[in-house]
Amino acid sequence: MELIVNQKRYRIELDPDRPLLWVLRNELDLTGAKYGCGEGQCGACTVLVEGAPVRSCLARVSTAAGKQITTIEGLVQNGKLHPLQEAFIEADAMQCGYCTPGMIMSGAGLLKKNPHPGEAEIRQALEGNVCRCGAYPRIVAAVQMAERQMSAQTGGRHD
Amino acid sequence: MIEFERYELREGPAYRFELERREFFKLLGGGLILLLVFDRPGEAQESGRAQAMRGDARPPEIAAWLHIAEDGSISVYTGKAEMGQNIRTSLTQAIAEELHAPVSSIRLVMADTAMTPYDMGTFGSRTTPTMAPQLRKVGAAAREALIDLAAEKWKVGRSSISVVDGKVKNAASGESIGFGELTKGRQIMNSVNGAVLTPAEKWTVAGSSAAKVNARDIVTGAHRYASDITRPGMLHGRILRPGVFQAKLTSVDTKAAEAIPGASIVRGVDFIGAVAEDESTAAKAIAAIQALWQSAQQPSNKDLFTYLKAHTTPAQPGAPRSTPERSIEDSLASADHKLDATYTVAYIAHIPLEPRAAVAEWNEDNLTVWTGTQRPFGVRSELSEAFALPENKIRVIVPDTGSGYGGKHTGEVAIEAARLAKSAGKPVKLIWTREEEFTWAYFRPAGVIDIRSGASSDGVITAWEFHNYNSGPSGIEAPYDIAHRKIEFHPTASPLRQGSYRGLAATANHFARESHMDDLAAAAGLDPLDFRLKNLKNARLRAVLEAAAEKFGWRNAKSTPARGFGLACGVEKGGYVASCAELSIAPPGGKVKIERVVTAFECGAIVNPEHLKNQVEGAVVMGIGGALFEAIEFADGRILNGQLSQYRVPRFSDLPVLETILLDRKDLPSAGAGETPIVALAPAVGNAIFHATGRRLRSLPMAPNGLPSGAHATA
Repeated sequence: MELIVNQKRYRIELDPDRPLLWVLRNELDLTGAKYGCGEGQCGACTVLVEGAPVRSCLARVSTAAGKQITTIEGLVQNGKLHPLQEAFIEADAMQCGYCTPGMIMSGAGLLKKNPHPGEAEIRQALEGNVCRCGAYPRIVAAVQMAERQMSAQTGGRHD
Repeated sequence: MIEFERYELREGPAYRFELERREFFKLLGGGLILLLVFDRPGEAQESGRAQAMRGDARPPEIAAWLHIAEDGSISVYTGKAEMGQNIRTSLTQAIAEELHAPVSSIRLVMADTAMTPYDMGTFGSRTTPTMAPQLRKVGAAAREALIDLAAEKWKVGRSSISVVDGKVKNAASGESIGFGELTKGRQIMNSVNGAVLTPAEKWTVAGSSAAKVNARDIVTGAHRYASDITRPGMLHGRILRPGVFQAKLTSVDTKAAEAIPGASIVRGVDFIGAVAEDESTAAKAIAAIQALWQSAQQPSNKDLFTYLKAHTTPAQPGAPRSTPERSIEDSLASADHKLDATYTVAYIAHIPLEPRAAVAEWNEDNLTVWTGTQRPFGVRSELSEAFALPENKIRVIVPDTGSGYGGKHTGEVAIEAARLAKSAGKPVKLIWTREEEFTWAYFRPAGVIDIRSGASSDGVITAWEFHNYNSGPSGIEAPYDIAHRKIEFHPTASPLRQGSYRGLAATANHFARESHMDDLAAAAGLDPLDFRLKNLKNARLRAVLEAAAEKFGWRNAKSTPARGFGLACGVEKGGYVASCAELSIAPPGGKVKIERVVTAFECGAIVNPEHLKNQVEGAVVMGIGGALFEAIEFADGRILNGQLSQYRVPRFSDLPVLETILLDRKDLPSAGAGETPIVALAPAVGNAIFHATGRRLRSLPMAPNGLPSGAHATA
């Protein structure tokens, strides 16, 4: 089976039914995606497949074979943090941080699909991600901050 | 089985830290080592060791140590654990303040039993009041030692030397030198037990909003939680669980499981597990085991509160108990307004997003375990007992953990991983499933609270009788000025395993007391704020109450059936909190939405305002779950809603507008803040529902499926 993770190609023999999460974590040692519930309820395992957020604890690895998979480890480009990563630091949008990679990946999926979400759209898009520490208001603020930053980088709004 | 409010235990550490002077240098390298010795024995029982080190004249009780290596790197060692409270940052700030070195130059080594001083555990909001002053002392002493070294080197008086921004400077010559250069080629070990600390009014680093020190590792996924640790040759484990609590295994057939390629079954006396090269094979092996269990009938959540009151156990010695000067009956009899009410709280689950996880590795008879726990040394003791090993053969390392909230005091997963690893002869990782974490960890205690009270016609509370069954004594004392009070906590034989939770029983006791206060105010015909102020002398509590009420606009907040406004306040663990809540309430049977919460909090001198605000917000958000919808359902030894799809936790859609007021009392010592801000939310919400609907909800959670039917007053 061929997996393309963070633009790197891996050829590995695998049980095609294994959840993508555990293949990423245990076969590729990409431990940024976290196990939180195993039933797609908490979002800690969120990664992007072809740019769309996927709960990797539920997705069988075979469904992602040959597709572009992006994990939190793949957001850093040439040592430079993604605007969402910068914004999460800036807004103190974490406490224990265990939900943070999943939050950022859900946020990244949202901003890909909708570069200028309103607050209600942000909340809706992140509704499936749980932060048990309760950093929700800061997470919303961080996504808004990243949106402004990315808009500025791309020369303003195009919508 | 009871893990009841463990932090209140005060047993001395069984541990002897065997480091000799040369071993310190072997472990840490040359340079300057400063040991902080306790000046009060009481502190040593919480952090540090109570017994004398054997073999030399070194200090008997060590709280922390600081090491400045020859390359100038600064490391500070503490047994406390980071799990989201941001103490790695606030403690680093405390050291930086005194050492006069940048926050970024200081590395904190935390919660590693081989590297850090003994610590009883990270709980009870104790880090800021007890550990931060200790680390400040060690930082100040290190600064003074550096000045001594520089004075000696430059042959000048100490007064011309200062430490600024990580450099030692000579005002006379303008020379400056790094910490490392000063300590190069030296092996200096000083012990100190005190130091003059910078008063909070003069703080420049502490008291400011430094960013989380390892935030970059968190947002890039680089931080390795215990569940992310890997070791060479590591296998993955799973444990066979009984279908119900207190079940006995009557028969087991593991043939099918053993036939699964790559899987090995591990059997012990009361223990069956599986290991395999990957997690899915281990899970398949456990699923293939055919086991029969026998169990007895057990209570359910439906008859829980009757059960608790019928199963009280003798009170622990020293349990809080206050009895009135004259009979509470007489006081009640002579009151103009009398009330009598019962409140209940459900068991709830902590749900740390990182479930219990451990990686265990044996090297002959030495054991190393990486695990997420609030009590690294306690877990080491559990391992020592389980494997009959001396504690110096066991190392427990706690990477910054995916939260705890009081739910990670115990070492089950560490013992299980170590058993599997011992049998497999290889390192083993065990991550509990969410269902296991729901079922086999422990819960916030459920409880029943009975209150009888009386007030005079002009609204002075004259009698107060308060009985808490099972949920706990934290926050049980009323902060109000009541002449005749009888307050008792009654432990019971809890049908479910229970233990610490953020704020412990203070949430339950505040819910009951502050709900009751509004009912008494209504009976006396007084506004809830006026009624509280009339019966309250405590200036710090009055200050937060008035601050929250003013910011909220309490005086203009008039509840209607669709809009409710409520307030509540309390004091716990040295922190003072008041919350005001605004709710929208849909028509009968409808949804309750908390729209806005104003919380005022005061915990002495503030160490990091932004992180404190983050803690207060987090406590309020977490409190929403327990107030409105979180409850464990169980029957006959089974948890009926032990999955996130069945157990609702607060999400983005539950988030109100949060406004936080922090009162900074630089004249008062800093108290912890991880817990207390949770306690006033539930009663503020209950009071808002009461003012909107005329209906008093006395059970937590109050509205698991929207407002209970009949909750609207018939107009």
